[in-house]
Amino acid sequence: MVNVKINNIPVSVEEGSTILEAAKKVGVEIPTLCYHEDQSVKANCRICLVEVKGAKGLVTACSTKVTEGMEIYTNTKKARDARKTVLELILASHPMDCLKCIRNQKCELQKYAAEFFIEELPFEITYQMIEKDESSPAIVKDLSKCIKCGRCVEVCQSIQTVGAIAYSHRSDEYRIATLFELPLYETVCVHCGQCSLACPVGAIYEKSEIEKVWRALGDPEMHVIVQTAPAVRVSIGEEFGLEPGSIVTGKMVTALKMLGFDKVFDTDFTADLTIIEEGNEFLQRLEKGGPFPMFTSCSPGWINFVERFYPEFIHNLSTCKSPQQMFGALAKTYYAEKIGIPKEKIFVVSIMPCTAKKYEAAREEMKSSGVRDVDVVLTTRELARMIRESGIDLKKLPESEYDLPFGITSGAGVIFGASGGVMEAAIRTVYEIVTKKELQKLDFKDVRGLEGIKEATVNINGLSIKVAVVNSLGKARELLEKIKKGEADYHFVEVMCCPGGCIGGGGQPIGTVNRVRQERIEAIYEVDRNMPIRQSHKNPVIWTLYEEFLGEPLSEKSHNLLHIGTVH
Amino acid sequence: MQKTLNIITENVGQIRPDSVDEYIKIGGFEALKKAITMHPLEVIEEIKKSKLQGRGGAAYPTGIKWEQAYYVDKNPKYIICNADEGEPGTFKDKVILDYLPLRLIEGMTIAAYILKSPKGFIYIRGEYPESQRIVSSAIKEAEKMGYLGDDILGTGFSFHIEVLSGAGAYVCGENSALVESSEGKSGRPRIKPPFIKNSGYLGMPTLVNNVETFACVPYIVKEGGEKFAGYGTEFSGGTKLVCLSGNVKNRGVYEVPFGTTLRELIYDIGGGLPEGRKLKFVQLGGSSGPCIPESMLDIKICYKDLKVKGLTLGSGAILVVDDSNCIIDFLKCITEFFYHESCGKCTPCREGNKQLLALVNKFINGSATYNDLETIKKVGQIMKEAAFCGLGETAATAHLSLIKYFEEEFVEHINKKCRANICNFGGDKDGKR
Ligand SMILES: Cc1cc2nc3c(=O)[nH]c(=O)nc-3n(C[C@H](O)[C@H](O)[C@H](O)COP(=O)(O)O)c2cc1C
Ligand code: SF4
Ligand code: SF4
Ligand code: SF4
Ligand code: SF4
Ligand code: FES
Repeated sequence: MVNVKINNIPVSVEEGSTILEAAKKVGVEIPTLCYHEDQSVKANCRICLVEVKGAKGLVTACSTKVTEGMEIYTNTKKARDARKTVLELILASHPMDCLKCIRNQKCELQKYAAEFFIEELPFEITYQMIEKDESSPAIVKDLSKCIKCGRCVEVCQSIQTVGAIAYSHRSDEYRIATLFELPLYETVCVHCGQCSLACPVGAIYEKSEIEKVWRALGDPEMHVIVQTAPAVRVSIGEEFGLEPGSIVTGKMVTALKMLGFDKVFDTDFTADLTIIEEGNEFLQRLEKGGPFPMFTSCSPGWINFVERFYPEFIHNLSTCKSPQQMFGALAKTYYAEKIGIPKEKIFVVSIMPCTAKKYEAAREEMKSSGVRDVDVVLTTRELARMIRESGIDLKKLPESEYDLPFGITSGAGVIFGASGGVMEAAIRTVYEIVTKKELQKLDFKDVRGLEGIKEATVNINGLSIKVAVVNSLGKARELLEKIKKGEADYHFVEVMCCPGGCIGGGGQPIGTVNRVRQERIEAIYEVDRNMPIRQSHKNPVIWTLYEEFLGEPLSEKSHNLLHIGTVH
Repeated sequence: MQKTLNIITENVGQIRPDSVDEYIKIGGFEALKKAITMHPLEVIEEIKKSKLQGRGGAAYPTGIKWEQAYYVDKNPKYIICNADEGEPGTFKDKVILDYLPLRLIEGMTIAAYILKSPKGFIYIRGEYPESQRIVSSAIKEAEKMGYLGDDILGTGFSFHIEVLSGAGAYVCGENSALVESSEGKSGRPRIKPPFIKNSGYLGMPTLVNNVETFACVPYIVKEGGEKFAGYGTEFSGGTKLVCLSGNVKNRGVYEVPFGTTLRELIYDIGGGLPEGRKLKFVQLGGSSGPCIPESMLDIKICYKDLKVKGLTLGSGAILVVDDSNCIIDFLKCITEFFYHESCGKCTPCREGNKQLLALVNKFINGSATYNDLETIKKVGQIMKEAAFCGLGETAATAHLSLIKYFEEEFVEHINKKCRANICNFGGDKDGKR
């Protein structure tokens, strides 16, 4: 431990702590912009200036480690003035369009502007309007608002290892650019949206499709249904001031009903269906001897990554569509028939923690019903905006149940929302199908949690099945390289594009950091624990679906609707 | 009294720069031969005694730098010679590169021997293609003759030097940006720690020194640190290459002992100003350096004496500016330079330079107010105190020093008056708008 004084108040902090961390311990929040708690120190914004007794000038709190006996003053006139000047310099080259900005009230820069109250800027206004890049179906890049903190670059390059964006040019022209300044859509970008989570301001954000949904909801001809992904129920509460990890499933269903959706369904249902199809596909591969490893295919950012960087592994991907797309395909076939409404009159909305889902839904091959299976994908953040726009305070709502038939789900479906969940759900089912014995223990804790690569071996009828669970594309790359070098021989690998899995997806509430991810993970498993059914194959509605419509797992109909034939 | 010396520039122009034979005739490689018989710490001790301080601008004591490098317990260690020479008004490293590259190579090889370094780089600015060619040729010759390359002088020790061509940005001269650029990345400064001495080129310990610094080493090793130190002052050892430029009769590079005053340099060595002109101010150390008035010319070229006055010597550029020049017009050039050269990474420098340029332009076109004068100070101050690297920290040095010594001329410009009759305030010299 190191003993220091912050504004004359003694505090003891761990060795290696920064001034920023030490100050936090005594309740002093030093302003930061380029600092991100899950990232490396960049120290480029220079807003975190403080004074240290005996030091030459001011020091940056985010990058300066404390030393024994250090006396830190965060609140001298010199330090305050300096921080304010840095903020003024940033604002002078910023559009200050808060009222029409997507990050209004959720913006780190705006927060400091409010705290510092800069009535009049002493500087020349120097910002340049740069045309927005709206080429991606998932995210928008508005560099006029960029404060050049580099947080998006670190996510894209170091955590995702995609490298679609990088620093370029210098001086006034210094910016975050794509290779050859191509529109994002023409780059290797996988549309994961992690950059939009990392951005402190409104310079990278989800492409909003709220208006399309309002239009459908207002059209009396349209039967508008919605599905909600597993991870949204444990995150959307944060948008309404609830603690991270708050479970708001029933309130969210009520809100959706209040917004005017005709039916509110659960993607957990098609997650269960995925387990049946993918589990059987895996068993078939075991019989046929491969190709191994089989990779999960429910994370669209991951699919994009394989297509762009590792096409040689395309045949290793499960042919199953993601639960979102299975839902869309069934909604416009099975469900349409069942309720007697033509598919053209059904409008399918998904609420997803993910921006890449927008890209996925727009793919050419996602029209198995003959029309686009999923019409609009909204991220968690967009749904929250719709709810707020309607004057609804989610916290205060009573709870409602999902509608039938796609509202009966299992705990296995819900854990799809956390890294390791698909694997655990698959094991819960495959084990019982193969051994025909009841699993004694349903929890597979080895594959849970935020760690990037998790491994386990499962013994099924004397056969050792080697599995791995990966989250974030950087870790996926690491694993793929190992496989390529012959250093790893797994049978089944779950890959989630985003850190922590869908609970950490690029469409989740602003403020998604690993600390918060951890809370959401715990919430997901709590939901699972409290479910009456915890295994996909024990969901009775799944078997009704097979009986009434699909026939059997991997049937021709299943293949046409639930799998990708030729693409991967 | 002898005003200039030839400690490191001895025999400039008298030998073929890449001829090892001719270099040996003037005592070349004797220091290397001596060094390989010495313990590394003995060599370092001599350098410490010499009071040699880095000649690239930051004036860090070279002996201490080498000692720290020696004790870093991680291998391989790399050596980079900083020959980016990007500071405007600085052209002294070029003299060594072009006329005595073997002295530089010898200095680097001694460093390599001490650190057991297998590989070094000479990062030469892109605008010096001829120097790159000469140095490359000298490297080849030295290798041929066994003073460089594999198994140097039969010791079994090998050291290779590669010439790298600079990427054309001033900031690439900053040591961490230099390392980034050497690795083939875009030259932007790195965050420190980790320091380059521990984690530099390819993440390995790296010693970075200026051309002139390395070129001092052979003399120190051969003649002893004390002798070298003896040429200078109590605090600054040896001699310094200075680049005299601007409104002075004899412009050029001179080797002067520390302790020489600016007045001696400008009037005795430089021959004074052209007839009829009056000295207005002198800028020390290039565009990033302070501007001082006539009344301060008796100050000695000595790191300590300068520091006491809040000044620095920088790379050794000395620019003489006479009274036909306008301070604001002069600042405009400097501001444009830094505005252009800012790498853009940090707020104070990227935004500060933008603001400074706008402010200086206001003084030029007659729209400046007293407030603007305060704003220059405010911006300059935040850059000095909060920029990420030396470029931003020093970009407003000229502004702040000129305001300190010549504030009345700024005020005159607020009132639309330019003594030198250079600024025409948007075409209306009477100030009526
Ligand atoms: C913006 C900037 C530019 C620099 N340019 C040079 C340069 O061109 N040549 C040089 O030797 N040092 C330059 N330096 C200083 C180097 O960072 C470093 O201190 C020096 O190369 C170390 O060598 P020395 O100790 O021998 O002086 C520059 C520093 C800054 C901040
Ligand atoms: S990014 Fe922040 S400060 Fe900028 S306009 Fe948007 S809300 Fe306002
Ligand atoms: S969406 Fe993902 S891949 Fe695309 S730029 Fe952002 S972080 Fe990179
Ligand atoms: S886009 Fe956002 S995260 Fe990226 S550098 Fe700009 S402000 Fe930072
Ligand atoms: S001070 Fe900042 S912007 Fe300027 S060159 Fe250094 S790192 Fe780049
Ligand atoms: S938060 Fe410290 S420099 Fe940006």
